[in-house]
Amino acid sequence: MSQDGAATISRRRFLQAGATAALGAHLPGPWVGRAAAQAEGPLRLGFQVHRTGIGAVYGRWYERATTAAVKLINEKGGIGGRPVEIVAEDDGTDPKRGAEVVEKLAVQHKVDFIFGTLFSHVVIASAPRAGELKIPYIVVSEGYHVASGRLNRYVFQPGITDVRAQVTAVAPWILKNLGKKVTLIFPDYAFGHDHRDFFSRVATAQGGTIRALLPIPPTETSFTKYFPRVPADTEVLYHVMVGPGVLTFVKEMGEHFGARRPQIFGFIDSLEGVDLASAGLEFLEGTYFWEAFPRYAAATMPQHVRFYRERVGVNANGASVNDPRDVSTFSHMFGCWETLFVIKRAVEQSGYKKPGAAAYRAFIETLEGFQSFPEGTEHPQGPKRFVGRLHQVFGQQVVSKVEKRRLTVIHRTAIEDSMYAPEADYTKQPL
Amino acid sequence: MSLGAHLFLALLEGTVGALVLALTALGLSLVFGVMRIVNVAHGAFFMLGAIVTWYVSTLLGSFLLALVVAPLVVAAVAVVADRLVLRPIGYEPESTIVATIGLLYILEQVVLMVYGPYARPVTAPIYFRVDFPWFGYSGYKLIVGVIAAILLVATWIALARTKLGLYMRATQQDPEIAQAFAVPVGRVYTTAFGAGAGLAAVAGALIVPIQQAHYLMGLDALLLSFVVVILGGLGSLRGTLVAAFVVGLSDGAVSVLFSPTLAKIVATLLVGLVLAVRGRGLFGEEIA
Repeated sequence: MSQDGAATISRRRFLQAGATAALGAHLPGPWVGRAAAQAEGPLRLGFQVHRTGIGAVYGRWYERATTAAVKLINEKGGIGGRPVEIVAEDDGTDPKRGAEVVEKLAVQHKVDFIFGTLFSHVVIASAPRAGELKIPYIVVSEGYHVASGRLNRYVFQPGITDVRAQVTAVAPWILKNLGKKVTLIFPDYAFGHDHRDFFSRVATAQGGTIRALLPIPPTETSFTKYFPRVPADTEVLYHVMVGPGVLTFVKEMGEHFGARRPQIFGFIDSLEGVDLASAGLEFLEGTYFWEAFPRYAAATMPQHVRFYRERVGVNANGASVNDPRDVSTFSHMFGCWETLFVIKRAVEQSGYKKPGAAAYRAFIETLEGFQSFPEGTEHPQGPKRFVGRLHQVFGQQVVSKVEKRRLTVIHRTAIEDSMYAPEADYTKQPL
Repeated sequence: MSLGAHLFLALLEGTVGALVLALTALGLSLVFGVMRIVNVAHGAFFMLGAIVTWYVSTLLGSFLLALVVAPLVVAAVAVVADRLVLRPIGYEPESTIVATIGLLYILEQVVLMVYGPYARPVTAPIYFRVDFPWFGYSGYKLIVGVIAAILLVATWIALARTKLGLYMRATQQDPEIAQAFAVPVGRVYTTAFGAGAGLAAVAGALIVPIQQAHYLMGLDALLLSFVVVILGGLGSLRGTLVAAFVVGLSDGAVSVLFSPTLAKIVATLLVGLVLAVRGRGLFGEEIA
């Protein structure tokens, strides 16, 4: 009996000792390590990236632009003297997974900031979680959802302009040069709805008529059946598509209209990651595209554009230097590059050291106080104006024409052309 | 465009769509009919066919060669999967569903790693634009319709007239009795699985010049194949053909005349209706 008791006690003691040892050895270890690291160690940026799913082509190039920018930042001494470390996490271009990725980056990886999300439905699903966790969430998404005020004070878009601004800038050019009767083809979700709403609004205000609106589900793979719905008296076909079906879309548009085509104005999203010299795209000759940043190299481009292209690894046709078939998402990925330099500036000016309510307040208020970013190595796409109350950046837009299977810039708008009356004011929201 | 032109376009779209869909769904139906398993990886074989076509026609420069190589390569992959995965679990219906879901993910992710996330085009061997008075149409699409029809007839003849076809039909009716009559049931299973994958791969290969090869393209093919196979009756090849035309033509007509979203709703409703009224599908046999 007593022997049994002794055995039990000793076993229990053994387990307790073991557990204590395990706790002692493991649990405090990383905590202590991380706390110390956060004061002096690298600045850790959570990168929510579309590595898989319909946004995978964008994700791949967002990652390349990010890697190039971080390499440059680290070569020049990092941010606030600290090296930058990217913690990338794939969200599958899936809204539900997006919110989980934000949580994982913030809670598990304990990153300093989260950035890089593109697809608007993922941003809209993820941003509330970032607001609840009170961590700055800096998107590179183009959607109007940031500037509309429907997200929260922790969400910023300082690296890429929004759809409303893009449309506001180019709509007058379209109506003046191409025609007044416009039919819109757009993806049937938030990003496409921004095009629908704001182009329609700007065009009707300036004497244009919208002949038809053709929403296309984002997972559609065959488009021939949509084109009969384009009214015969359409003067301008305005198209914007995203996802893996874009080349099919543009090809089938050409097959359907042939030489009888109306004027065609597309957003380059319809052909991001796609070679303009692909078979079946011959009919695009003489059509027009909006670009944020010209994909094809021009003799006249400034030194910082050359430098940016070289560092990201892009050839004269906007494809990878390692594989000419691997075409970049040139009009979007610069947003990651520019965002990282905005983060750098905000961290250094606010004296941010590690996560915490006071540090984030200083970071956010500093960012909201920014007014402009000069064109240069840090902002190769062009000069920017930042509107703190909207958390949104404004910049120049480009209209290009397809000539000899390349895009040639024929018009560049001023920053003022894209400014609209602000509707939101995030600075009034509590932190 | 007038109503007549609309209808004509709907008919064209519907017929070409139905023929390609029939080819894809036939593979799924064959596998279910002979082996009594639900192959969730069927869409992945369709996708793999498209990807192999891209590789062959880009590296070797011949789309026609790709059209032959793609189904062979994909059938080989399917045979290996049958030997390594399906046979060891004894073709248990439930385990097979889980196993083929696993196979689907493995194939997709391997393609993502090797081939990348891009939607890459393949140039059609014959490309011309048929210019009707009201609209233009891709000549290649018409050719795809013709090739699909020829392949469907060939499959039909193979099943109805050859010894292998006889073995397959015998195995479908009763594997045990077939085995008693010296039908090599194990080998018939492997062949059916390989042939089913091969049919999906041909459809994938034919579609690449229209839609590009992309690692997620199998999902749509899988869903529509399931719709067709359920509608036609699981395991019934005649039912699969009829259902493919019902789905293809109604999709074409509803998409062009009303809206493509409504077409998807109609197709889904049709499946629900058939399942509710006639659970074994239009031509499905009673399963004992």
